[in-house]
Amino acid sequence: MTQAKQPDTTKQRFSLPYKVKIEPRLDTPTWLPTAVSVGAVVLGLVFGAIALRLAGQRNPFGAFASIAGVLFGSLGGISDVLVQATPLILVGLACSVAFSMKLWNIGAEGQFFIGAFAASAIVLTPILPPETPGIIFIPVMMIAGILGGALWGLVAGYLKAKFNVNEIITTLMMNYIAIEWNNFFIFGVWSEGGFQMSPRFPRTAWLPRLADYAKQVRGFGGLTLHLGLLFGPIAAVIVWFILYRSKWGYEIRLAGDNPKAARYAGVDIARNTVLVMMLSGALSGLAGMAQITGVVRRLQGAISPGYGFTGIIIAWLSKLNPLVVVIVSVFFGALLLAGREMGRSDISMLIQGIILFALIASDFLLRNQVRIVRTHDARASEEA
Amino acid sequence: MNWTIILHAGIASGTVLLFATIGEVFTERSGILNLGLEGMMLIGAMSAYSIAINVGSPWLGLLVAMLTAGLLSLVHGFVTIHLHADQVVSGLSLTFLGTGLSLVFGEGLSKAGAVSLLPSFTIPGLSAIPFLGDILFTNQNIMVYVGYLLAPAAWYYINHTRPGLPLRAVGEYPAAADTMGVSVYRVRYLYTFVGGVLSGLAGATISLAISPGWFSHMTTSGQGWIAVGLTIFAQWNPLRAAGGAYAFGALRRLILDLQAPTTLLFWDNPFYYNPYWGFFLKMIPYAFTIVVLVIGSREATRKRLGAPAALGTPYVRGERGV
Repeated sequence: MTQAKQPDTTKQRFSLPYKVKIEPRLDTPTWLPTAVSVGAVVLGLVFGAIALRLAGQRNPFGAFASIAGVLFGSLGGISDVLVQATPLILVGLACSVAFSMKLWNIGAEGQFFIGAFAASAIVLTPILPPETPGIIFIPVMMIAGILGGALWGLVAGYLKAKFNVNEIITTLMMNYIAIEWNNFFIFGVWSEGGFQMSPRFPRTAWLPRLADYAKQVRGFGGLTLHLGLLFGPIAAVIVWFILYRSKWGYEIRLAGDNPKAARYAGVDIARNTVLVMMLSGALSGLAGMAQITGVVRRLQGAISPGYGFTGIIIAWLSKLNPLVVVIVSVFFGALLLAGREMGRSDISMLIQGIILFALIASDFLLRNQVRIVRTHDARASEEA
Repeated sequence: MNWTIILHAGIASGTVLLFATIGEVFTERSGILNLGLEGMMLIGAMSAYSIAINVGSPWLGLLVAMLTAGLLSLVHGFVTIHLHADQVVSGLSLTFLGTGLSLVFGEGLSKAGAVSLLPSFTIPGLSAIPFLGDILFTNQNIMVYVGYLLAPAAWYYINHTRPGLPLRAVGEYPAAADTMGVSVYRVRYLYTFVGGVLSGLAGATISLAISPGWFSHMTTSGQGWIAVGLTIFAQWNPLRAAGGAYAFGALRRLILDLQAPTTLLFWDNPFYYNPYWGFFLKMIPYAFTIVVLVIGSREATRKRLGAPAALGTPYVRGERGV
């Protein structure tokens, strides 16, 4: 009977005095996106550490710290990190370009392999004789790598433009095809003495390393950093200019944001689809070329620990900004290297997955304001 | 080459794709695109094999595989349904997450010892059917038989039952479904979970039945992505999905067998005399996926068929959209 007199009390007994209130943000504070990105990275590392602990690693945070100390504490460590960052910058740019037009190129890995193959073909076919001077060798190999990657991107771009075939799946399938294609040459045509690798390239086809100048500059000894590092920042500036300062880049971004409006404005979507996929492939192909001539110096199977896939995360973490890609790539270079130091590259894959998840989930925080309010306040504001 | 053996093994290997593809059909029919199949299949394969080794029961392994993959799919569900995140990127992160998790926790599994697998048996009576009986009903794994039942059941469920109606409605026109009192979020969570469970089943079918063992990321070797492609080819129809999956299974098996004979169609078999040409054979399933997609996409344009209209778009009540 008493309850019938006060029907509200039953309702209130079960509800908390506080309530989560979500409302769309009208404007986003400038510091928030950066804070959220950093938060995502931290979350990735924490969850990665938990997974490592569950999988048997004693002191994962200690391991992270000591590895970070090694990587950033010495010239050699920094050089190694930058060597890892070199291909990452380029594939990160490749993904940024494609994603700007909402083209999901997840085939950077395959384009990377074909770029490496095409560059190797110049040396191994041989298209240029081994005594060719480096000043000719290197540019020709760069062009080959760029063309190879662009060709691989073209396939998916053409199928998308012509038949509206989902580019996610075509680019992914092209990855597998690229790896088998390379295997055919590594195991068969160019195999050196039955090993699963090609012969070493002649010296003139190597990108110069810092260590090559150890005689002139003391302290360069043993540093593996190679000329390819310069490709990334230069490409980043060019891509930034294309995307944000050119008419073509405006078309790309418009087609990505609002394809209907772009079509009304006279943007040729089909043509841009093909061109953007080619540009994206070209950047990945160049990454493959840089890796093969700067680090491996021969064609072999294990030339990428999944650079192409890391490129996706780098692009997303950089909010598709080419200049930010350069910085973010250095962090991921360290992450990949840390995985290798610990003897398990799988953990860097896991951390990357968590970072990407945290990142897209936190986009919600950028778009919406989450407030915890007292219930009667909430009701009052609803009534108002 | 023995065609009976090829088709027999092809059906078995196609069963994996069948589970994954039908799961994705359910998920996409509710308007959620889940590209994380590869990751969910891997975690299914890993947890099934791990349980079978450590506990000794393949059935428990199967159950755990379905649960772990289902849980993983709910992460995708939460991020895309409640937080309205981009479904493509979320699916990609799910692939990374699933692959990473299964590699970390699957380390050392491949060296584990003998394990009891899911049983294979012959169905008396049906196996006596000439030719087909030998292929379909003789000494097949129990999961293969489950596959025979699942495809028509899924088709019937989606097209001809009461709960199939809100599923389709939510995928085509969520606002209308919402007006009719259907909880869009609940339906989408449910079928995202169903898709996850079925891809976990697919993974467990690999590691406990079709090609037993844990071979890290090579366990699935891209089959999750092929299943995503098959879903498009199947035009979101479970029966077409089954046809595509079995055809792919047979193709995969045929490729393995092409390298064995010394003559092929009265000619010297180039794949026997040049073993390296085998790498081109290995490309075929991936190249074929692209071909199948082109066919599917052209057909969709011609017949004006298409994906569920709301596929890939988050539903926000009160906002304009599909």
